[in-house]
Amino acid sequence: MAKVIVVTSGKGGVGKTTSAAALSAGLALRGFKTAVIDFDVGLRNLDLIMGCERRVVYDFINVINGDAKLHQALIKDKRLENLFVLPTSQTRDKDALTQDGVERVIGELREEFDYIICDSPAGIERGAFLAMYFADEAIVVSNPEVSSVRDADRMIGLLTSKSRRAEQGEPIIQNLLLTRYDVERVEKGEMLKVEDVQDILAVPLLGIIPECPSVLQASNVGTPVILDEKSLAGRAYAEAVGRLLGDDVPVTVPRGSKRGLIDRLLRRTA
Amino acid sequence: MSVLGIFSRRPKKTAEAARERLQILLAHERAGLSGADFLPQLQRELIEVIRKYVSVDEDRVQVKLEREQHLSVLEVNIELPTPSERNN
Repeated sequence: MAKVIVVTSGKGGVGKTTSAAALSAGLALRGFKTAVIDFDVGLRNLDLIMGCERRVVYDFINVINGDAKLHQALIKDKRLENLFVLPTSQTRDKDALTQDGVERVIGELREEFDYIICDSPAGIERGAFLAMYFADEAIVVSNPEVSSVRDADRMIGLLTSKSRRAEQGEPIIQNLLLTRYDVERVEKGEMLKVEDVQDILAVPLLGIIPECPSVLQASNVGTPVILDEKSLAGRAYAEAVGRLLGDDVPVTVPRGSKRGLIDRLLRRTA
Repeated sequence: MSVLGIFSRRPKKTAEAARERLQILLAHERAGLSGADFLPQLQRELIEVIRKYVSVDEDRVQVKLEREQHLSVLEVNIELPTPSERNN
């Protein structure tokens, strides 16, 4: 049966689109037919992160309005057989999303796909609400930073009370994805620890994505970072996908093998 | 601070402050006590009640809310007119 998963956060810039792109590519890599939808109407970006920006003809809003068929708007990924992108409109505003329209498109996708990933816009307004409303599961993305944790908490509250599943008395499954984690700063006491964030938010941890240069490099060229299998972030996303699929992999704190020269010398003499 | 002090200086544990601030804030926000939206209304109603007995200037009423982990303090400060003002 198809599963609808929203990638959400409340706060902007924490890595929702990066995560939605990586997780959907990871699910496709594992053999599941996956569609990823951009809900950020007016600020289209998923297409760019997925590297299909020059192939956008029709979008989500065209499908909702009946101007295009779903299969015309879905863009097939050039690297992965099972991966499809549904871009959003760049010109309309968020009112172009209607609840009935979103329900119809998601319903249609459910018939054809194993996973439907909804890339939520920031905020808690219409776009963010509709991105999460029909979801079976939610991945709440947060950085180890106070404002992002607060907004994640707010989002968890909304998922718990305002999603369709919540209204039907069947709770939405929630997971936390902690991104931009810098283990060295955590060890210096400069950054919230994963345990602290988990304690505060009280949602199961799907993974820890380290602060990693590969994320920007992947976005520069329009490749989901999970395809950079050697990178720390890519590996962390691959493990998160595994856990999403029920793999029994303990969450580890990602750590690079490279250390600064001074740091190495200090450690050697210590 | 001595020259050596620069090298032996311990990093500040700001992450602990972040955790404590979040714990306090979210405990209140989840309880629906966030934003203190009721304060302006509270202030208006307090003034109405007090005006039944003494005349007070709206600018001389202060309502403050201080939130801590285990208790919150609502501080209401009402400045009553001095006798000389009252005679005027």
